[in-house]
Amino acid sequence: MPLTEQEIRDLKQRAKSLRLDVIDTTVWAGGAHIGGALSCADILVALYFKYARVNPADPDWADRDRVILSKGHSGVGFAPVLAARGFFDKELLREFNHFKSPFGMHLDSRKVRGVDASTGSLGHGLSIAVGLGLGARLQKKSWRTYCILGDGECNEGSVWEAAMAAHHFVLTNVITIVDRNGLMIDGKTEVVMALEPFADKWRAFGWIVREIDGHDFKQIGDAIEYAQQEKSGPVVIIAHTVKGKGVDFMEGQVKWHYGSMDSALAAKAKHSVEQMYAG
Amino acid sequence: MAEITGTTWTVYDANTMTQAEVYGRVLCELGEKDPRIIGLTADLAKSTKIGLFQDRFPERFVNVGIAEQNLFGIAAGLAKSGMRPFVATMAAFASMRALEQVRTDICYQNLDVKIIATHGGVSFGQAGTTHHCTEDLAIMRSLANMTVIVPADGYEAANVVRAVVDWPGPVFIRMGRGFEPLHYKDEEYGFQIGKAVQIADGTDITVICCGVTVFHAAEAARELKASDGLSVRVLNVHTIKPIDVDAITKAVTETRRILVVEEHNVLGGLGSAVADVIAASGKGCAFTKVGIPDCYSEVGYPEDLYAHYKLDTNGIIEKVRELLGREFEADENWEDEV
Repeated sequence: MPLTEQEIRDLKQRAKSLRLDVIDTTVWAGGAHIGGALSCADILVALYFKYARVNPADPDWADRDRVILSKGHSGVGFAPVLAARGFFDKELLREFNHFKSPFGMHLDSRKVRGVDASTGSLGHGLSIAVGLGLGARLQKKSWRTYCILGDGECNEGSVWEAAMAAHHFVLTNVITIVDRNGLMIDGKTEVVMALEPFADKWRAFGWIVREIDGHDFKQIGDAIEYAQQEKSGPVVIIAHTVKGKGVDFMEGQVKWHYGSMDSALAAKAKHSVEQMYAG
Repeated sequence: MAEITGTTWTVYDANTMTQAEVYGRVLCELGEKDPRIIGLTADLAKSTKIGLFQDRFPERFVNVGIAEQNLFGIAAGLAKSGMRPFVATMAAFASMRALEQVRTDICYQNLDVKIIATHGGVSFGQAGTTHHCTEDLAIMRSLANMTVIVPADGYEAANVVRAVVDWPGPVFIRMGRGFEPLHYKDEEYGFQIGKAVQIADGTDITVICCGVTVFHAAEAARELKASDGLSVRVLNVHTIKPIDVDAITKAVTETRRILVVEEHNVLGGLGSAVADVIAASGKGCAFTKVGIPDCYSEVGYPEDLYAHYKLDTNGIIEKVRELLGREFEADENWEDEV
């Protein structure tokens, strides 16, 4: 059932709040991968506040949906959304990156409640998701696995090994979302190592492709609901996003792949986020 | 393929089956009892013999094609879903091609994935260096949470496969190509993960070995007793990690000469693990490591390569004599050194 207007308003509020939390966490951490965290923020909010069946009181609930953040460097976006969803207290994020903190920039599934896989090295998540999908099917379980890939990550050959397998095994309980923000550390994806024709690559691997605006909750919701119903093969949602979305001086800027902020700059960043949601 | 039925352990006839076939058969037996056991491979179902499990449980078998990174990532996901994956591929691919998946997806998250690494060492000698693997033990030992086991023969492989089912966390089981001679007569010799098996008692020297070298070391000890009147202790240290510190320390104290023989680079494998134990013990001893001398191995039939690298019976005899001839500063008051 498509998202209602009220649901979309609520999700937007959550997304605004998450963006502000990401800015706080980046300051506490002394620097973080803020650009890519802001580009996938709306996707994370849609999953954790609407589509992924999880239970913060019982993070290991056997029948929960799994969420694999294959672009693990967006931990600075992932941890705040888990905190907002109730897995742990947001105040704990003040320790992000600090000595012996459970929260490093790439989250550890054995230390952080709600994290289903320790990721960080790129190109690993989709294979894990395929294993989870096969395991759920074998055990006749209805839970799904959501996998969020970065676009630059799709340079990794292992992503395509997994893509081939998901199609071969007709895995329809794995829903893949690519955060197509178009940038990687060294520049534009199309300059560093071209991905286009990206959708055609997925189609050639046997996937059903949906391309959306990854900051539009109606489109995110429709695409996820489509993928949940599709039974003929795996679905990838290519979510076109903007790196640094919500902070005007970060948007589309390759230098904000990773960055740090003092309190003055953070205030400026927050003001920008407020402006975007006010507008 | 010969098959004997009746008691549990005679579901196979190890005299006529390869080491790999034995583990494949035992895995089938375990799969009957535990529906969570699932087999995986990367287009090596036949070569690694995990195809025996596939034949019995086709619905619980995943062949990912020639894609080892995906193989171990999928195994991690399956383990996270509640299944108990046994993954079979060649040692070279398990330990090198897919190393990061093994390390980050499996060991870091301490998942119950059991890795059957076949064609270890130079056991696929004719295939050359691309298919040899003389680095895997060094690599796998350095992964936290990983248990590393090198069964001596088919019977020990059967014991290992049974034992790892209830052993928590990831395990790397390193086998040969499957045509290695049998040392044991059956499974009934008290195998335990992490406990060395004393094959022969002795007081002049200890030969520490694993895998195919166990058979040859046992032969060498018998021959040296007959020819030289030597009392050679032979320890099958099948578990490289966690290593049996007590058995090694006892051997140092009681025999003071230690020869380690392994089908691996002399750097980083069993010999290095034993050297760590000796160094930490504070006891001095005469010590030699025999293995592949930090080079890429030659091509040839395995038996020729074992002879070339002094890993066979004659080679071990030669190395034992050498080590016995070495000057060694013995201290009658051994306890002072600790």
